[in-house]
Amino acid sequence: MNMLNIWFIMKREFGGYFATPVAYVFIIIFLLLAGFSTFYVGNFFARGEADLYPFFSLHPWLYILLIPAISMRLWAEERKSGSIELLMTLPVSVFEAVLGKFFAAWAFTGLALILNFPLWITVNYLGNPDNGVIFTGFVGSFLMAGGFLAIGSCVSAVTKNQVIAFVLSLIVSLIFVLAGYGIVLDFFSSWAPQPLVDAISSFSFLTHFDAISKGVIDLRDILYFAALIAIWLFANALIVNARKAD
Amino acid sequence: MGLNNARFENAFDEAGDALKMTLRVEIEDLAKHFGEIRAVDGVTFSVSKGEVLGFLGPNGAGKSTTMKMITGFLAPTRGTVRVCGYDVLADPISVKANLGYLPEGAPAYADMTPDSFLKFIADIRGLSGADKKRAVASAAERARVLNVMYQPIETLSKGYKRRVGLAQAILHNPPVLIMDEPTDGLDPNQKHEVRTLINEMAEDKAIIISTHILEEVNALCTRNVVIASGKVVFDGTPAELEAKSRYNNAVVLTVNTIDNTQLLQYVSALDFVADTETLTTGNGIRVFPKNNAHITIALSEKIREQGWEIVSLYAESGRLDEVFRSITLPSTAGVK
Repeated sequence: MNMLNIWFIMKREFGGYFATPVAYVFIIIFLLLAGFSTFYVGNFFARGEADLYPFFSLHPWLYILLIPAISMRLWAEERKSGSIELLMTLPVSVFEAVLGKFFAAWAFTGLALILNFPLWITVNYLGNPDNGVIFTGFVGSFLMAGGFLAIGSCVSAVTKNQVIAFVLSLIVSLIFVLAGYGIVLDFFSSWAPQPLVDAISSFSFLTHFDAISKGVIDLRDILYFAALIAIWLFANALIVNARKAD
Repeated sequence: MGLNNARFENAFDEAGDALKMTLRVEIEDLAKHFGEIRAVDGVTFSVSKGEVLGFLGPNGAGKSTTMKMITGFLAPTRGTVRVCGYDVLADPISVKANLGYLPEGAPAYADMTPDSFLKFIADIRGLSGADKKRAVASAAERARVLNVMYQPIETLSKGYKRRVGLAQAILHNPPVLIMDEPTDGLDPNQKHEVRTLINEMAEDKAIIISTHILEEVNALCTRNVVIASGKVVFDGTPAELEAKSRYNNAVVLTVNTIDNTQLLQYVSALDFVADTETLTTGNGIRVFPKNNAHITIALSEKIREQGWEIVSLYAESGRLDEVFRSITLPSTAGVK
């Protein structure tokens, strides 16, 4: 594994987001939706508490919609334009390429996330929030975004069509979020044994993100996201290898 | 194939290490099957330093598939590829480091400029600092893209896109250069430029170019491998390829004094003549020699002995299109 190669691929890919208006459109929409959901859906003011829980709690839903838009191009475009033949005949390994692209998308999402800092300033202006909790909230959200991106990156290697990549990523992401949602779990708990319900629930982004976003850093939650990212990216590399020439 | 192997091994024993140094690409029994389809079916050849190997064949013969296997993009169903001594399956990274590759259609990152694109390639090729600057500048100059360095690649014409791809392939001065149809879709001037560039680089590299443009055989190549239906049907020099044509060394003769019928009658009876025909355009006849021999002088002496006045008399060279057709479509007649 050549770290420099990962860095060069990441740099190129990251720059690629800004070569077109995509990056700006994405960031603006992300900020608008995040703000809207915090104040209206999350009742930021009515809660009367100085924290960013309304902001973070809606991130899974925001990511379901927006992350596939970032990840859909990662491999689908590369295959469609044929540049994958160029990339895969340069002296880089598939894993370096997969990681480089993933980190670029992750860094871009991180940038969009950090640009929500005015909310943090607002809440500090209005009250005395626990900034540690807010910090872990950002970390948790960033980790979860990585999970969504790993799914999206892997799915985008399956097809040459970015629209298909978008829709498929959205559906797979939805499954991973819904697995921890009350309605879904109720549906299973009415007939399935409790260990199965727990297993399904433990696969959900919600279960693991909720704790972190409330400021509880449990190593298991962090490991969950790390393992999830690793597994999806590993599958991503296998798929790229198998289908690059199709 | 078997013959080639034998020749290859003998040469290897005789020349020993000296040849080992210059032998850059070795392909043995390479095959790629897609389900039932045998896209490439047991291809064997090698390329040395200083050679420009023209890889010919009709569309769908397996040229691109073979090149994709040499460059490590596709895994072969069977067979081995070695580039500069490295096996493509065992050490793909070393193979790729020694290769410059222009894929078919010269794909690139459309939203980048040639400048940033070539810098990215230089980074990946392990060049940095002054070396990187020099390599990018030199490749851009040789591929003649200096005047479009800061325009997005997607806005460039087809010719420029191809040249950006070329610049990318030669940037790290690789010992082996593989180009899939480098002149396809270019205008005659651009074709000439690309050929000049390839000729300039030929001396210290091993170059494989695929093409179905036959004029490139003489303009570029020192050797040709022709494949059809995934198999090598010819491996030799351009002259040897031409010699396979029945028109090779045929003599076109026009005489003033007598009519064609009389002339045909006389010439057909000569002992060094295999066959004759009347030209379809213009006045005169074509004389095919026995055993591919040079018969121009002998023929002109015979005509003069008869006291006939020669208007024109010249030997032809082989017709590549005819050879190409006959060796890639085995059922067609016409080859000696």
